[in-house]
Amino acid sequence: MAPLLNWYDFDPFHDLYHWLDKHVESWVVYLVAAVIGSAGILTFVGLGALVNVWLERRLIGRIQVRRGPNRVGPFGLVQPVADAIKLIQKEVLQPDAADSRLFNLPPIIVFIPAMLTFAVFAWAPDLVLANLDAGVLYLLAISSITALAIFIAGWSSNNKYALLGAMRVIAMMISYEVPMVMCFLAPVLLAGTMSVAGLVQWQQHHFLLAAFVPMSVLIYGLSATAELNRTPADIAEAESEIVAGYHTEYSGMKFGLFYAVELINSLAVSGIMASLFFGGWWLFGVEKVIPAWIIFILKIYFFYFGLIWLRGTLPRFRIDQLMGLAWKMLLPLALINVAVIATEVLIWQEADLGGWVLAPYAVVNIALTAALVVVFFRIVTARFYRLPTRVILVRDIQVPALPAPASSALRPPTPLPQ
Amino acid sequence: MTELRTPPYVVNIGPQHPSTHGVFRVKATLDGERIIDAEMVLGYLHRSMEKLAEERTFTQNIPFTDRMDYLAAMTGNLGYCLAVEKLAGIEVPERAQYLRVIFAELQRIASHCMANGTFVNDCGAWQTPLMYMFRERERILDLFEMTCGARLTTNYMRIGGVSFDVPDEFYPAVNSLMAEMPDRIAEYEGLTLDNEILLARARDIGVLRPDVAINSSATGPLLRGSGIAWDVRKADPYCVYDRMEFDIPIGRNGDCFDRFIVRMEEMRQSVRIIKQALEQLPAGPVNVPLPLALKPPPGEAYARIESPKGELGFYLVSDGGPTPYRWHVRSPSYINLTVLKDMVVGLSIADAIVSLGSIDINVGEIDR
Repeated sequence: MAPLLNWYDFDPFHDLYHWLDKHVESWVVYLVAAVIGSAGILTFVGLGALVNVWLERRLIGRIQVRRGPNRVGPFGLVQPVADAIKLIQKEVLQPDAADSRLFNLPPIIVFIPAMLTFAVFAWAPDLVLANLDAGVLYLLAISSITALAIFIAGWSSNNKYALLGAMRVIAMMISYEVPMVMCFLAPVLLAGTMSVAGLVQWQQHHFLLAAFVPMSVLIYGLSATAELNRTPADIAEAESEIVAGYHTEYSGMKFGLFYAVELINSLAVSGIMASLFFGGWWLFGVEKVIPAWIIFILKIYFFYFGLIWLRGTLPRFRIDQLMGLAWKMLLPLALINVAVIATEVLIWQEADLGGWVLAPYAVVNIALTAALVVVFFRIVTARFYRLPTRVILVRDIQVPALPAPASSALRPPTPLPQ
Repeated sequence: MTELRTPPYVVNIGPQHPSTHGVFRVKATLDGERIIDAEMVLGYLHRSMEKLAEERTFTQNIPFTDRMDYLAAMTGNLGYCLAVEKLAGIEVPERAQYLRVIFAELQRIASHCMANGTFVNDCGAWQTPLMYMFRERERILDLFEMTCGARLTTNYMRIGGVSFDVPDEFYPAVNSLMAEMPDRIAEYEGLTLDNEILLARARDIGVLRPDVAINSSATGPLLRGSGIAWDVRKADPYCVYDRMEFDIPIGRNGDCFDRFIVRMEEMRQSVRIIKQALEQLPAGPVNVPLPLALKPPPGEAYARIESPKGELGFYLVSDGGPTPYRWHVRSPSYINLTVLKDMVVGLSIADAIVSLGSIDINVGEIDR
């Protein structure tokens, strides 16, 4: 088998590849594996976008004490299809002053990183499309492309709201990349691999990484909402402030693509959360009963539900508050986290201790995270509680002496000019 | 080394914008995201009501008052009817006075639900608090519907009373709503008041100092949020407010958050007033028979009430004919809006939107 095929780990089709390898050139095997894998991922992503539209509208409806879509099909299940048809039918408008070539590019560019992210996920023990050795690095690199597309969209629209939104995105993405890279360092240090599949395997042998690096989980959760432009960090498309931000001028299916990408990215972020910190396809042996890829998808939707919940509950940060959160709170916490984990790993290796040492590490890290978060939170929110959040009640008021109301007829009106 | 600076640029917030609560436009000059100048452009919803009213009889003018502050039609009706009654010297039956108080306070709860819900929306919450508050507003509108047939533009008050007596099914509905309402308000407060993001967005933002508030003749929750205890219901009682026990909430700091919590508490006080009014509600007629073309004696009258947005005043001049000679409205939204520029210069766009939301304007009332 070709060495390239090591990247592709599709055990369900193992016999097929072996059979092919005997009869055709090795690059054909490589190609077949790539096509099957890509088709599978595109199917999941395409269906996922449709399901997410329904799930998001339905769940937010429930959170907001209303019913959500329930007219098109049973439980409104066909609603996303109706939405998509409506968006495709709509006329695609383009402002006269927009830069035509650049204006048409972003909806396409923004789609690429959203799709590419799924390539490195380990869907099951032997189901990885691209088992890259530097998988975590790849995820970080891919997620930066979105910023480029969004900035092109905001710039080429020639609209001030769009430009403001784009500027906000760039500022925010650059800020949040830093704590995000730092928080990915911790699990990578601990597991000693950058491959996503490798990280999942490590968790299978030891325990969920979330127990050892809880700080990273928190930091990634917060950074992810910022990267996704979702509440509480949806400043890029803050509806109440800058209308729709960078996609203000996009209509029809071009807007639809931005909307779909937002939902797909939510899945991608949930997938990263599930793979890196919550065991991916592994779930305490349950994966032997239920197919492993179903467990992974369920985990993805578990975290996606969390994102929907946040969106339905929280108000939005202001841009400087969001930047302050990244640079003043998340970055120091991430640095402390990396230092602590690195020290622990060093002790583990130098003292040549067994795997048992991970249990006290987990206890220490969870306690440390809780303490640090509480301390930071107290410091940051102290000034909001300077004044009580309840009003003063006054029973009687001081009324200055009013001129005595004489009669209803104070003076006769001037007669109408004839 | 020369300092790099970009020239200031102008962004139109409105007239079509999700957060201007109607067709209202702020011409904001920005330096980056910071506002260095704000000019308010009004008149997109001008319907010439004050002039139109001069061609219509006093009774025909009541529907205009619905369409001024369409989120508080009852108080618009009430203010106008009080002015005409003052002009013509009409005594209103006691039952009608109590019904007016009940409906004005129900309207205050509904209007504050809307104001606070949209305020949290402006802070970026994705409609959730608004939907919770709509749930109770809906039940209040149901009460309006069963009494006078309309939900939004009620046209319920009449000169000399109210148009209909309440139906029998009104009492259980209003009693159950009033029994439930304190819990609901506690629920809103639990969901919002201790949310750090909301505090970060609204605390110390858009501060209105008490002296500026008085000089700009701001009224309503805007004035009370700045810590000045002033309420027309206590200062110059109309209807039967002098028989009611209630407190006036005032804020400490004059910021957006104070205005928000003042509205929250006012809802609770309104529930208190409605409960007392329902207990004291006497039997009797609900209006006095009057000629359709009412001709008040020549003269002028000014009546003011505490509408949900502030002091709503009607100034009427009669020349003895069936139509008013002059019909002038002192609308609280218009006067309260004038302080917006003082509030927002120096803040960012996001803060300006929050400040605008905390004033609680209604463009129908600003432009008339």
